[in-house]
Amino acid sequence: MYRSVARGGGALTLGLMGLIGLFLTVRSWKALHAAGLGFFTRSAWQPSFGQFGVWSALLGTVIIAVIALVIAVPVAICTALFVTEYAPPRLRRPLTSFVDVLAAVPSLIYGLWGRFFLQPRAIYLSRFLGTHFGFIPFFHTKEAGSVASYPASTFIAGIVVALMIVPICTAVMREVFSQAPPGEKEGALALGGTKLGVIRSVVLPFGKGGIIGGSMLGLGRALGETIAVTLIISPVFDPHSLTHVLQTGGNSIASLIALRFSESNEFGISALMAAGLTLFVLTLIVNAIASAVVARSRSGAATEI
Amino acid sequence: MTRTTELLRRDDGVVEVPGDPAVEERIAVREFQGSDAIELLGCAFGAFCLTWLVYERLTPLSGGLGFFVSWYALFLAAVWFVVRDRLGPLEARDRLARVVVASVALGLLIPLGLIVGYTFARGFHALRPQFFVQDQSRVGPLSPATEGGGSAGIVGSLEMVGLATLMSVPLGILTAVFLNEIGGRLARPVRMIVDAMSAIPSIVAGLFIYAAFILALHQRQTGFAAALSLAVLMLPTVTRTAEVVLRLVPGGLREASLALGGTEWSTVRRVVLPTARTGLLTAVILGVARVIGETAPLILTALGNTSLNANPLKGNQDALPLMIYRLIRFPQTASIERAWTGALVLLGIVLVLFIVARLLGGRGPGHIGRIKRYRLARKGLA
Repeated sequence: MYRSVARGGGALTLGLMGLIGLFLTVRSWKALHAAGLGFFTRSAWQPSFGQFGVWSALLGTVIIAVIALVIAVPVAICTALFVTEYAPPRLRRPLTSFVDVLAAVPSLIYGLWGRFFLQPRAIYLSRFLGTHFGFIPFFHTKEAGSVASYPASTFIAGIVVALMIVPICTAVMREVFSQAPPGEKEGALALGGTKLGVIRSVVLPFGKGGIIGGSMLGLGRALGETIAVTLIISPVFDPHSLTHVLQTGGNSIASLIALRFSESNEFGISALMAAGLTLFVLTLIVNAIASAVVARSRSGAATEI
Repeated sequence: MTRTTELLRRDDGVVEVPGDPAVEERIAVREFQGSDAIELLGCAFGAFCLTWLVYERLTPLSGGLGFFVSWYALFLAAVWFVVRDRLGPLEARDRLARVVVASVALGLLIPLGLIVGYTFARGFHALRPQFFVQDQSRVGPLSPATEGGGSAGIVGSLEMVGLATLMSVPLGILTAVFLNEIGGRLARPVRMIVDAMSAIPSIVAGLFIYAAFILALHQRQTGFAAALSLAVLMLPTVTRTAEVVLRLVPGGLREASLALGGTEWSTVRRVVLPTARTGLLTAVILGVARVIGETAPLILTALGNTSLNANPLKGNQDALPLMIYRLIRFPQTASIERAWTGALVLLGIVLVLFIVARLLGGRGPGHIGRIKRYRLARKGLA
């Protein structure tokens, strides 16, 4: 009885995921059928004229997520290491609580903060990068000298999303780092290793699964982040200008859905469902790859008493 | 000072053996000493002076951020040279790593402190008691920010999150128990799916409920629909965290219970779940925290409402995040101020939830609190 109830719970969770895919596919069928493969290559989004495709939104989503990860993962690793390895034992619990509290700050508030506080300040950093590193293709900006070409950019959205995912990455990594086998750590110390040596030879290899798992969770949130991104970027549908991350204008699938949902007719909603399905499949693929890596590094990591 | 004396001096520090001397205590080695702190301060001060000299006197550079970055780089260089001079390159590399890790970790607190501080600064002056009892139905475009409130949003948020918790927590913990205690052929796909589900974008959950509940079952957008979408988002967070927590319960405890003649169910109920209680509470809190500020699925499923609607089953319902998102896009200053007040209240609710949860479940497994000790004493057990 107990076994079958628990098994039923597992099966229900499994079924829920199948239902999500199924319903999104059914509802997006009309739009996908009308657009054909062009759905993935076209950039404009005008379903009422039959001209719509997810390419620019998809590109924008991935660029924002990559910027966020590049900033967030090193910060998260350092924070997790500090909490588990360096901080005095007295400080560990308050620090842990603090990071946990930060994981709970709603994304909407990060979005508001990004738009009203960070943006007026971050455009100067953008201008610095744009004028001095404009030769790097990604940093190229039109009218690089003027502050006016930098607000509402993919880069600023990326910084805010990075801040949002740092607590989550940190929480996972901290959990794993704190379980690094003390025997091996003491062994490394006894062999004359420094703290850095212990971290490099015991903690980081042991926590590899956690680093990947934490980054994966962060990536998932970054890809699907809706409100913070919607509040910051001003949507553009030109894929070429999307790759210039510093200048005004960005795009993401989630913000496309949030912005266009209320003004869409039935066919428009079907098209948005198709965009949602694309995002859903994208996050699924990212996670499938990542969880395969995590599962491989997890073997033999646990010790029983 | 030579290396050896340095090590000796470290060894005789801080050996604390509180309480029972029979319990073996790990010796705490003090790694960071007063002289180290003075060294770091000296490096920071020297680097600051050099940066100031370069910025203000020698070159036409300007800008706060650039100054800060140069200062930090020079500070790291100074630490490296000073420690190498005193203790050698191996120690210097170690110290440099320590300084970088600590400064990045503590530096992270700056933007996060700024977020809380800025929300407080923007939201506090329009916060009045009526924010909790009035709704937005009488607010016109010219009303001051102190008029009208977020009661509709607060009530809606609490109801939606409560319903979502009721739906997702039992299922999540059940799934975690299944994954960890029963396993079998079904466990692998379920674990994979839960992993995948944890990254479901919130807007996709909203689309799913819109397609599966509102369109397919011909429902209207209600608070209940919103709660369903929030439950979808909460489920993987609760399941994953609960599973990790259950995995930490030592296998020896389970085997002891089984060896004493316990059934699998009684082992789970009386040994595994109570041992992991703290962690399970954390799982629930993480789930609640994940969804209480969610806005995206509510745009699709609850639509929002300017007047109070306490019935989640009928009519559009407002939620705090939805209200903020609606108000922030109006051009009026008063509207934006109201949105910030809402943001402050939302942040306050989240923080209060957290503190309560920490007080309830922040103790380690097996901790006996004052109330529990009293109860045990009445039974003559302690």
